[in-house]
Amino acid sequence: MPFALTPEREREFADILSRYPNKMAATIPVLHLCQEQHGWVSPEVIEFVAQQLEVSTAHVKGVVTFYTLFNQRPVGKHQVWVCRTLSCALRGAGELLEHCEKRLGVRAGETTKDGKITLRTAECLAACGQAPMMQVDKDYFENLTLADADRILDRLRGD
Amino acid sequence: MLKKTKYLSRTYDLERGHTLAAYESVGGYKQAPRALRMSREALVDEVKKANLRGRGGAGFPCGVKWGFMRPHPTKPAYLVVNADEGEPGTFKDRTLMELNPHAVVEGCIIACHGIGAHAAYIYVRDELHLSKARLWEAIKEARQRGYLGKRPFGIDYPVEVYVHTGAGAYICGEETSMLNSLEGRRGEPRLKPPFPAQVGAFGCPTTVNNLETIAAIPTVLELGGDEFSKLSAIHNLKDGGTRLFGVSGHVKTPGVFEACVGLTLRELVYDLGGGVAGGELLAVIPGGSSCPILRADEKVHAPDPSSALHPWHGQSVLDVPMGVETYRLLGTMLGTCCAIVLSDRADPVLAFHNLMQFYRHESCGQCTPCREGVGWIERILDKVVHGKSDEKELDLLHDIGSNIMGNTICAFGEGAAMPALAFVQKFRPELEAYVRSGGKSGTGRLSLP
Repeated sequence: MPFALTPEREREFADILSRYPNKMAATIPVLHLCQEQHGWVSPEVIEFVAQQLEVSTAHVKGVVTFYTLFNQRPVGKHQVWVCRTLSCALRGAGELLEHCEKRLGVRAGETTKDGKITLRTAECLAACGQAPMMQVDKDYFENLTLADADRILDRLRGD
Repeated sequence: MLKKTKYLSRTYDLERGHTLAAYESVGGYKQAPRALRMSREALVDEVKKANLRGRGGAGFPCGVKWGFMRPHPTKPAYLVVNADEGEPGTFKDRTLMELNPHAVVEGCIIACHGIGAHAAYIYVRDELHLSKARLWEAIKEARQRGYLGKRPFGIDYPVEVYVHTGAGAYICGEETSMLNSLEGRRGEPRLKPPFPAQVGAFGCPTTVNNLETIAAIPTVLELGGDEFSKLSAIHNLKDGGTRLFGVSGHVKTPGVFEACVGLTLRELVYDLGGGVAGGELLAVIPGGSSCPILRADEKVHAPDPSSALHPWHGQSVLDVPMGVETYRLLGTMLGTCCAIVLSDRADPVLAFHNLMQFYRHESCGQCTPCREGVGWIERILDKVVHGKSDEKELDLLHDIGSNIMGNTICAFGEGAAMPALAFVQKFRPELEAYVRSGGKSGTGRLSLP
């Protein structure tokens, strides 16, 4: 089925286009908008974006495959990123990740069987002074203990 | 010398400090109308006098950069503000966006006039959702108040500010890569020349400034270029003003602090960072992961009296004021002034491995020396930490790093190779011990027990 935006997102789409001197510049913000609605960038989303912005599907696909935040396959209802880079690693990110993997029964990069949570690692999320940390959907959780992580993950699983 | 200041962070402790009301309560939006009434030349001159060095890592003088912009007969000019904060160890711009976004907006208005632009794009990495929301909110408030739009402050100089978002690619912090990303393309760096001041965003003359640089502009105008410059302990080295310092890793009180330029690393680690959290200080990566690491036991070698470093000859590197020029002469870089601190209870070889995993993941893949070289370094380190390498391969690390240097389109290659070469040079005994012991050397951990 072809992809279409909800009326509310249609308005945001028009707002995004008004910010740039040409349509191609809206590629990344519009892909975000579509992914927010659809959960991932499906071939239909690529078709839609190419058509709307008057660019080739090859162009859109090139962009999607370059940036790590565009999901090229469906992901869990919630996404958890544990920062693994040096400042966090110096303050226990390795232990935090291992703990999350055990708690959820998945390895980094995988989604729980119930489809609730996709666990991933992230490269530096600019929260080095509040390490270790993880991003859950759009929120940052910082200065984490393993018990904090448990509470966050349990809440997500119950959602 | 440690001198704490409160210019950039003036709203940080205020309740709802991110709002227009809070910003105006501490003198905000007084400089933009003044600047818009100045001639462009006078404005650029003031910023030149401030010796405001770019806060994104390269340390290029902001006023000089603005001076490169020439009006084009047919094309508009653009300001692009770099807030793609992602250099490991760096977390300062985020505090400005979250806690003082109006300083960024006011800085954008002034900078637009300084370079002859009428539109500014603030490129924020996608993960910083709160930062983006705060910036949009600030833009909306400023527009409602008549500070942005067709006639900001009733002056006939239209300015619009937009937030543009990335999608998870460290490379987009490189300015030409950022321009491609802004145009809706893959974020691969462009060859220079042409420089952005000639052919930048959408083929038009463009200035790319770091977000902290832009946020400092209202303070430059408020104090005047000369006074701003003199805040710094090393303003005689054309490195002026006040800036944000970050400290993370093995310190007791990690965080972001504002202080005058010319602070020493010792002050950053012990006075602002509260000292080492456990064990003794082993080494510091001074300004984001691309800056070559400094060992705590290193001494300054600058016997030549004409060297800017000579006054510190024979002293500990920790006691040299942190400046663009002083750090270049030390063989490292000032970078973003956000230091990562390593205790001697952590394993430097594992730290090296961790950073090279980052660079391998983030190399955009456009240039062969970087794409293959960084991956090769990471694979060798993988073998080292698992006890499967040998001493010959340690020499290879040096060769690979040297062959990346200068052979890539952008500075990412060097940004990965320089820290690698420094680790190989400064932690050779530790690397050799790893190889000889079959991976059983070292403390085996990065976090403190």
